[in-house]
Amino acid sequence: MTLKHISIKNLIRRKGKAFFVLAGLVIGVSTVVGIISYIEAMTNDINHKLEKYGANILIVPRTENLTLTYGGLSLGGVSFEMQEIREAKLAQVSSIKNARNIAALGPLVLGVVDVNSHKVLLAGVDFKASAILKPWWQLQGELPDENGVILGAEAARILKLSTGDSFETKDRRFVVSGILQPTGSQDDQLVFARLSTAQALFDKGGRVSMAEVAALCQDCPIEDMVRQISDALPGAKVMAIQQVVKGRMQTLGQFKKFSFGISGVILLIGSLVVLVTMMSSVRERTDEIGIFRAIGFRKRHVMQIIFLEAAIVSGLAGIVGYLLGWGSAKAAVQFFVDGHSGIVPFNLELAAGAFILALFIGLASSAYPAVMAARLDPGEALRSL
Amino acid sequence: MSYITAENLIKTYGRGDAVVSAVCDVSFQIEAGEFVGLMGESGAGKSTLLSIMGAMNAPTSGTFVVDEIDIYSLSSEQQADFRREFLGFIFQDFCLVPYLTVFENVMLPLTIVKKGRKQKQVMVENALSQVGLLEKAARLPNQISGGEKERVAIARAIVNEPPVLLADEPTGNLDSKTSADIMKLLQNFNSDGMTIIMVTHSEACARYARRLMRVSDGKIVADQPFFGKHLAN
Repeated sequence: MTLKHISIKNLIRRKGKAFFVLAGLVIGVSTVVGIISYIEAMTNDINHKLEKYGANILIVPRTENLTLTYGGLSLGGVSFEMQEIREAKLAQVSSIKNARNIAALGPLVLGVVDVNSHKVLLAGVDFKASAILKPWWQLQGELPDENGVILGAEAARILKLSTGDSFETKDRRFVVSGILQPTGSQDDQLVFARLSTAQALFDKGGRVSMAEVAALCQDCPIEDMVRQISDALPGAKVMAIQQVVKGRMQTLGQFKKFSFGISGVILLIGSLVVLVTMMSSVRERTDEIGIFRAIGFRKRHVMQIIFLEAAIVSGLAGIVGYLLGWGSAKAAVQFFVDGHSGIVPFNLELAAGAFILALFIGLASSAYPAVMAARLDPGEALRSL
Repeated sequence: MSYITAENLIKTYGRGDAVVSAVCDVSFQIEAGEFVGLMGESGAGKSTLLSIMGAMNAPTSGTFVVDEIDIYSLSSEQQADFRREFLGFIFQDFCLVPYLTVFENVMLPLTIVKKGRKQKQVMVENALSQVGLLEKAARLPNQISGGEKERVAIARAIVNEPPVLLADEPTGNLDSKTSADIMKLLQNFNSDGMTIIMVTHSEACARYARRLMRVSDGKIVADQPFFGKHLAN
């Protein structure tokens, strides 16, 4: 028999108190783990969604928008003086300082056409650039020639067209050279033709509706590149797609800080639960500790017994807390985050951290009760019998 | 020099007008191998004296020396070591740990001793055999009788083979037959050379000792051998 046996036996005997301590720590640890896992999953989700966009900079015509509202009611907006982007101007993008970070520049011409009694958006694209900008495209068929188009999966279904079929629009006949596999994006709804074909179709010679830019490398200076492209194209509005999600990331960051604050409070409460429960336990065991001291246990032996009990319960709380927090995060992302795969990977570092945190809180909170127990005078303790 | 020497022991509690003298200037000497009974009425100071002898209650003044060691000049941790190595203590009301088995209760003093597991097991089994409880080793204290609990307490006190055994009312809660059995056990240990100091208020139990010290109002009022009156084996 060792001191560890005494600790374990006492925990088994005082199951209620042990469970109380365990519950306090589990709630604290699972809250911290759940919040961290959830934020991690959210961040990974955002990063994953960003990676899905081959382009991370958009160049759109500058517009002057007026939004008409009265008393909180929006009555619509009016856009005027929209300056289309000239194709020749786009070439100036290749002369910016960070031009080497540009993997692809893909101009687009957009317009609406009638096909088989359906209105559909036709996009004229540079298919060479599209290979980099839209790496997720999977084409069944071939890229189109001057008189060809490829269809998005949904467009093909609605228009009832397959590869090899032809249709007429704006007094021109086009042949479907291929159909894209479903992408889950707006591309499924579009008809794609060569840039020059669309420019001719919509009478936009030398002009484009917008352009997509794929900037390479993880640490690419997006903000600098946006500024440089803006300087090169004063008549255009240049946006980093990251700007769109930056607000979300900032909000996430603030939520993270707030959550850590709440977690800290919950952990503090958990540690107080441990402290009070262990102190109560020591007071209840005055006679028992007196026996230990009377038969020759040193103070450190008594403290070891108390700390061992705390360590066993805390270690268990760390494991259970991590599993509970991880499970909660999985449930939360599925419930609160649209389109999330629901995968919250097992994080070994976080699990180890949760275990160590629980141990630290349990042991730290038990320090005073352990010292209190060790200082019990055996004569006084036995006189209490 | 005697094995155990107490000189001018005084123990008081409280302060000022509320001072209570539990032990008043007590001196005695005990040789190794003696069986000493401490008798007296309730509140006479017997248990206080025993706790001083057990290195658990520092006297207000005076010295207490065992085997040339001045017990109360030691630190509290050294006193704990002294208790572990020199003393076996049989407490009033058994003082068994309720959630440990009979075997584990007897093993308790050996928990912190640096001996092999097998050796400790043999020592516990020997102690239980001596008190006749080996077959009940797996039981919990609430599953055995009062007499058996006392035997377990005795086994725990002697498992470490201490030279001195202190017993505080070892038969206080037992019937006469069981008390006699317990006293015979103690006599056997004494025959093997163990020094025993026993507090009792029972004349019947006191007769098993070879020397009797009567305590009254914190003082030793009589100290005489039990020539011819003790119950031989």
